[in-house]
This record gives sequence, structure tokens and C-alpha cells, in this order.
Amino acid sequence: MSRYAFRPFVFFTWIAIASLVLAACGGAAPATTPQATAAGGTAPGTGGTAVGFIFVGPRDDYGYNQAAYLGSEAVKQAFPDLKVLQAENVPETEEAERIMEQMIRDGAMIIFPTSYGHLDPALAVAERHPEAIFVHQGGLKTAENLGTYFGTIWEAVYLSGVAAGKMTQTNKLGYIVSFPIPQVLLNINAFTLGARSVNPEVTTTVVFTANWCDPGKQAEAANTLIAQGVDVLTQHQDCTKTIVETAERNGIMSVGYHADASTLAPKGWITGSIWNWGPLYVDMVKTIQDGKWADSPYKGKYRVGLKDGVVDLAPFGASVSEEIQALVMEKKQAIIAGTLYPFEGPIKDQDGTVRIEAGVRPAVEDLETTDYLVEGVIGTIPK
Amino acid sequence: MIVAVLVGAIRSGTSVLFACLGELVAERAGIVNLGAEGAMLVGALTAFSVTALTGNPYLGALAAALAGALFSLIHAYLAIHRRANQLASGLAVMILGQGLTAFFGRTYVSTQIKGLDPVSIPLLSKIPAIGPILFQHDVLTYLSILLVPIIWFFLYRTRWGLVLRATGERETVAYATGHSPDRVRYAAVAFGGLLAGLGGAQLSIAYTLNWVENMTQGRGIVAVALVIFASWSPWQALVGCYLFGGALALQLTLQARGLGVSPYIMSMVPYVLTLAVLLVVSQRQRNAMPEGLRAVFEGT
Repeated sequence: MSRYAFRPFVFFTWIAIASLVLAACGGAAPATTPQATAAGGTAPGTGGTAVGFIFVGPRDDYGYNQAAYLGSEAVKQAFPDLKVLQAENVPETEEAERIMEQMIRDGAMIIFPTSYGHLDPALAVAERHPEAIFVHQGGLKTAENLGTYFGTIWEAVYLSGVAAGKMTQTNKLGYIVSFPIPQVLLNINAFTLGARSVNPEVTTTVVFTANWCDPGKQAEAANTLIAQGVDVLTQHQDCTKTIVETAERNGIMSVGYHADASTLAPKGWITGSIWNWGPLYVDMVKTIQDGKWADSPYKGKYRVGLKDGVVDLAPFGASVSEEIQALVMEKKQAIIAGTLYPFEGPIKDQDGTVRIEAGVRPAVEDLETTDYLVEGVIGTIPK
Repeated sequence: MIVAVLVGAIRSGTSVLFACLGELVAERAGIVNLGAEGAMLVGALTAFSVTALTGNPYLGALAAALAGALFSLIHAYLAIHRRANQLASGLAVMILGQGLTAFFGRTYVSTQIKGLDPVSIPLLSKIPAIGPILFQHDVLTYLSILLVPIIWFFLYRTRWGLVLRATGERETVAYATGHSPDRVRYAAVAFGGLLAGLGGAQLSIAYTLNWVENMTQGRGIVAVALVIFASWSPWQALVGCYLFGGALALQLTLQARGLGVSPYIMSMVPYVLTLAVLLVVSQRQRNAMPEGLRAVFEGT
């Protein structure tokens, strides 16, 4: 036995190395030949030979990452000379810093960290690389060379709530969410306000999974809500497929989020809120490359919505009557025209306390600090 | 509400139960396999891809079982043949499984499949409360429950079970009675991988009908911890796994009723449980531990 004493160790070390390499291939690692760090332009963000995108999940998750990935593909189309580096499954840890550093070494002067939790790693890398520009999706903190952008997706969520409020038979809607961050609470509120604007009897039951994508927990959460009599399920998760399919299998309706998943639920699909990032990404890259970033609205917290076409409604399902479709579209036009504002006061929270005074239309920035749930929501915000 | 929680306990405990029973058999033979997590992932992906390609979920489950068994042979080879440190080898195999499935699973992320539907057992499923809890599941769930008495019977009432336990307690005894401890261990680890593969299959083709990278989310590791919690007894393993599933289901049900329960605490439960179990391994559990495992767990 002593003859072999050392070899097993070598053997499984190799296995560990091989598997780490495979994990990296499957997950992230933009495979490009290393290039000298571009240092051409004068303004930060200019002169790069590449643009980097990092996604927290896979590119075809019927969700958040798919939407962002499609946006990065639009950049690829619009700038044939630029190399578009796309790293999927990048965790929200120091690993993200490492990948962003690698992208900069590969010539990227513009980086899109697209997940909420990529913000802190991005801020750290941004401090070390003042020559590069970072545009973060959804963040609430900014830096000299890091701006954030996001869409007021809650406008579309409000509209899908209107459709759900009209479609429900049991007057019970279910919302499966991840973490109690402002974006999530805002969506729950918008959905509930939309539904109750056309059907005051409606309640929305919220369940937190404390995970962005654990299909096992998603399925269990969906089953739990269905057992409670919920007949429309919607969600704020990164991967949306399991919940939409579970709803369809149980014969109830679903409202999608992030991406059009109507093919997964031919019977129960109502509509959904979707992102159309392409045009915005392309314009941001162009602005930064032209050296105009410092004077553009992209430096800071930039927010766009329905009227800019960045957020939109997914196509309606076959079960949604023309009458309901017309009602929703009418409200959509009203939001675009500014005659309807989903969060116009008075808005009360679950305890009945007035959070937004009558007639007040809070700014988007104020809404993004939402820390309460509105009247009609069943569920508590975990501490 | 109690019925809903119990149904949920079984639904979400089944994948862990498979892995747990498999691990139990392997540990009874003296091999700890932390690679169960990897074998579950391999099973989940194999089941999903075979079901997607052939349209037959039963074929998918079968393939998952085979894949899980074959995959676990890597650990068996390292731990038995090369006498590698079992914990280190298991960990390496787990990471290998995560890497391999992430790599080969890429193309299946958005695939739709027709999986195993729940099968209501005639008459029995009509019994109030007990019917929905026990008799309206998919076939893999029934199989996992049936495996508990089968494995118990095998371990304690058959000659082969005795040989397996003897191997785990003291391999010289197995030698003395004319059995090859290595062969017994290979078989036990492969069987453990087979069940872990089926657990993964239950997750991907019966429960969620989905493949997502690293979708087991630590369930394989929880299974290993639950084996200790269960004092290496199949019946206690059943209880432990349903407790685990029940904690998840209860937490979600309470939330859906508007009661404030922190999902963070819930997410910690498996890990707290693991730690608690390892910290407070009772004397009874120490006695129940197969003698051969002492070297692994206590480094003696």
C-alpha cells in the first residue's frame, strides 16, 4: 500500500482541478486571448476594444438574465467592431470582481454588472479602475465612474395586476418573491394596486423564498399558494420557468416577469412584464464611447419606463378577453401620457397608515426606498 | 393546513430521502460519500436530458439511477482502492459533479419536458387527510417510501445485509467469513449513488420539471447530515427527511397565511441542523455509528 501512498492524493487533486476548470467553463470565463489593457482615449470608458456583461444566472432562464442577455446581443449587433464579453452565472461575490478585472485585462472599458448584488463588487473594481466606466443595473449607489440604470418595471407590473384583477375567480392572487429589497416590494405593491383598482375584493398573498432561483423551493411555494386557493400566480424570481409551469399544470393562471414565457403556459398565461434593454444598452455604449458619459444622464441613477419602451407588457394569453385587453391597453396609454400614475396617493400600507398623501406622486427615487406593503397584501416583510 | 404541510413535507423531502437512504447504505459499509450532492446533480441532469430526448420519464429515471451509480464509483475507487481520505475525495467528487452538470446542462436550461405526473392510488387516495398526504404522489415518491422497509429488511434480516454491516463495523470479520470487504463497499457506494441519482431525478423530472445549474442547492449534503441525525436507521432517516421537507413546507404555509416567519431562518435550518447534529452527536449515536466510520469522522 505504501507504494501508492502519495498517488491518490495526486489523483483527486487532478479531479478537483479538472472540475473547477469545467465549472468555470460552464459558468463564466470569457474565453478571449489576453490583450494589452487599452489605454487609448482620454475620457474614461473610451478606447476600449470590448464591452463586458456579467449575468448572475444562465442566459436562457426565461427571466432576468435572459432579458439582459438579449440586450447584450443587441450591443453585439450594433457594434460589430467591439468584442462583447458575456459571462453567465457570475456569483454576487468577490468572484464577480475577479471576472470584471479579467474583462478589463481583455480590453473592456465599459462593463455592465447586471445583477443587484453585483453592485458592491463593481464599486470595488470601479475604484481600482478609474479609466473604465461601469453601468450597473438596478443599483442605488453610484460612484465617479459608476452609474446605475433601471426601468420602472412596476408600471408594467401594475398593468399586469389590472389584468390579473379582472381574470381572477377566487380574488386571491399569489406572489412568489425572493428577498425584501425595495424593487421587490415595489412590484408587489404595484401589482396589488393594479388589481384592486379594478377589483377591490382582491388580495395578494406573498411568499419569500430567500433565493433567486431554487426550483425546488419555487415549486413548493407555488403548490402552497395553490392550496390556499390562489388562482393567479406571479413572481419576482430570476428563473421563472418552474413557477409558470407549475401553475399551468395545476390549471391556474400565471402572470410572467422579466421575459415572455407564454409558450410555457398556453392555457393560463395572462400577460407579464418584460424588459427591452437593447436600445438603452446600445445608446449607453455609444454615449460612453463618444466620451460624453460625464455629461449624460447615465452618470448617476438613470431611470426609464413604459414610455421609453424599455419596459413593456408581454403579449396577452388566449384566455384574456378583448374587453380586458382593451382596458389594460387604455391604462397603458394613460401611464405613458402621464394621466395615470400607479403610485398616486392616497396609498395606505397594511396597517392602514397613509404612506403617500392624497394627490402626491412620489419621485421614482423615493419609490425605490419602499419598505412597506400596501393594503390588500397578505404577508409580512421578513426582518 | 396540517394536511397541506404534510403533503409538502413529503413532496420536498423525497429527493433528500433517496439520497439519505443511499448514503445510509454506503456508510453502513464504512464509506462516507459527500459526493452524494454531485451524484444527485448528475442524476437530475441525466434524468432531465434523457426525458427530453426520448420523451419517456421512466427511461429518464432509470438512466439517472445508472448515472448516479457510475458517478459514485469515482469516489468508491478513490476511497476504497486508493485509500484516499474519504471526506476530501467526497468533496472533490461533489465539485466535479457540480462542474460537469453545469457544463453539460447548458443546453437544457430552457427545455420543456413531460415528466412524471402524480398517480393517485385507487380507493386509498380517497381517504380523507391520509389520502392526499400519502397516496397522491409520483411513482418515485412511492418508491422512496417503499425503499425504507426494504432497506431495513435487507440490512437486518438478510445474510447480505449482515455482511454489509459487518464490513462497516470491522472488515476483518468480513474477511474471516470469506467476503471481500472492498467488493461489498464498492457495491454499497454504487447503490448509494444509484439512490442519489434517483433523488436528483425526482427533483428534475417529477417535482420541478426543470433543469437549472446546481438545482439541488445542498440537498445532498443535508442528506449526509441526516444520516447521522438518523443514527444510521432507515426509519429514522424517513422521519429526518420529512422533518427537513416539513420545515420548508411549514415555513411557506405560515407565510402564505400572513404570519411573519423569516425565510432566512428557514434557509439556515439545514445548516444549523447539520452543525447541531455534528456538535451534539449523542452517545447513543456514537454507539450506533459503524465502527469503520470512526476513522473517518474522528480521525483515529
